[in-house]
Amino acid sequence: MVFAVLAALMLMVTDQRYRHLESLRSILTVAVYPLFFLARLPSDSLHWANERFRTMEDLIDQSTKIQVENFELKGRMAQYDALQAENTRLRDLLESSFRIPDRVLVAELMAVDLDPYRHHVVINKGSSSGVYVGQPVLDANAVIGQVVRVSPLTATVLMITDPRHALPVQVNRNGLRCIAEGTGRTDRLNLLYLPINADIQKGDLLVTSGLGGRIPTGYPVARVDEVRRESGQAFASVSAIPNVQVEQVRQVLLVWTLLPQVENAAPLWGGEPAAQEESASTPPAPDKPSGKLPKKERPTGKPMTRKREATPSP
Amino acid sequence: MNLSRSQMILMIGGVFLIAFLLTIMPLPEGLSNWRPQWVALTLIFWILTLPERVGVGVAWSIGVVLDVLTGTLLGEHALSFSLIAFAVLKLHKRLRLFPPHQQSFTVLLLLLLDRLLNLWVTGALGYPAPGMAYWIPPVVGALFWPWIYPLLALIGERFR
Repeated sequence: MVFAVLAALMLMVTDQRYRHLESLRSILTVAVYPLFFLARLPSDSLHWANERFRTMEDLIDQSTKIQVENFELKGRMAQYDALQAENTRLRDLLESSFRIPDRVLVAELMAVDLDPYRHHVVINKGSSSGVYVGQPVLDANAVIGQVVRVSPLTATVLMITDPRHALPVQVNRNGLRCIAEGTGRTDRLNLLYLPINADIQKGDLLVTSGLGGRIPTGYPVARVDEVRRESGQAFASVSAIPNVQVEQVRQVLLVWTLLPQVENAAPLWGGEPAAQEESASTPPAPDKPSGKLPKKERPTGKPMTRKREATPSP
Repeated sequence: MNLSRSQMILMIGGVFLIAFLLTIMPLPEGLSNWRPQWVALTLIFWILTLPERVGVGVAWSIGVVLDVLTGTLLGEHALSFSLIAFAVLKLHKRLRLFPPHQQSFTVLLLLLLDRLLNLWVTGALGYPAPGMAYWIPPVVGALFWPWIYPLLALIGERFR
């Protein structure tokens, strides 16, 4: 008994503090993979049956809808390539490193419920597909989270609503930067350390700022829901509703970015004097104090997101 | 009717397998807070039925498997399960003779112990304290016990 308790305690400390157990966990995860498969069998077969037994009209309807959507998206894409090239050129002129999502992989959520007090989900792609720890996981119109554990066939994703997840974001309207922390509720994020006079209001769209060096810039995250400014408090308490509806997600996007992560993270620690000097003229340089971003950024930032917002509704 | 040793292991493992499946089986959103601790219930049952086969060691390994399965800290459930196993081993002779409601009450205490230990571990990791819903599963589990026990006892009968 005492031995078992001691062993459990040692296991916990090792798992928490050191990385040695990751390989053990990954092996065990492979061993329990059939369980995941079996557990999702009922819901999967229901889904399958749903897909099979559909009427002709349904399918025709759907196909028409998809064709229209595809046409619209193609029209937008035609512009997108040119815009992206132009954007990269302009960013080059400003000597800022800008990362463009390069390769995208669609993964399916394995329909399993893990501990309801931790917001983890398991996806059906693992290290054999090149998934790595820290990789951003996106939805069509929002950030979902990042990969925290990989095994050969599956990966565990920590969602942005988990209380241990914090995400650097900025307000899309004015570029104000802050940190969005999960609360453990699927419909709420808290924004930390915003001064009481910060320019933020209900309905503001929050997008990723890319400062963490993990999630690329400009993906929508949440919408500000409530701003409370109590005199006497150092910080305003601001909450936001995440764009992602966790219960409705079935498929997610795994993103690989063009430049290695280190390049974007380096200036954060003040490593590059060149970046420091340039910071006065380059709006997206990460070491600028928040709140007084030049207006330059607005024209580039706003239309981009408008386009994204418009994308899901055909 | 006596079964061979390998058949017995197969049987014990099979019931645990079903408990694992029930643990990660997706439930409708509102119901997932009400999911009883299937694995802990199964463990208590097997120790009551076969105390000489299923003990602290088995409980510990089952706990690690559950940790891997649900993505919790490795050892979290191993700790609570080995303590539960120890308590049930100490009490199994009395527990078997208890009337159903009294048995249910003891099971409730054991399941609450499991929850409490998990709460300590997650608290030490820096998770905020969960709401009252955290304490529902042990109650549901205890309410299920009078039905689970005879059902599994049908299987257990074959080993005696």
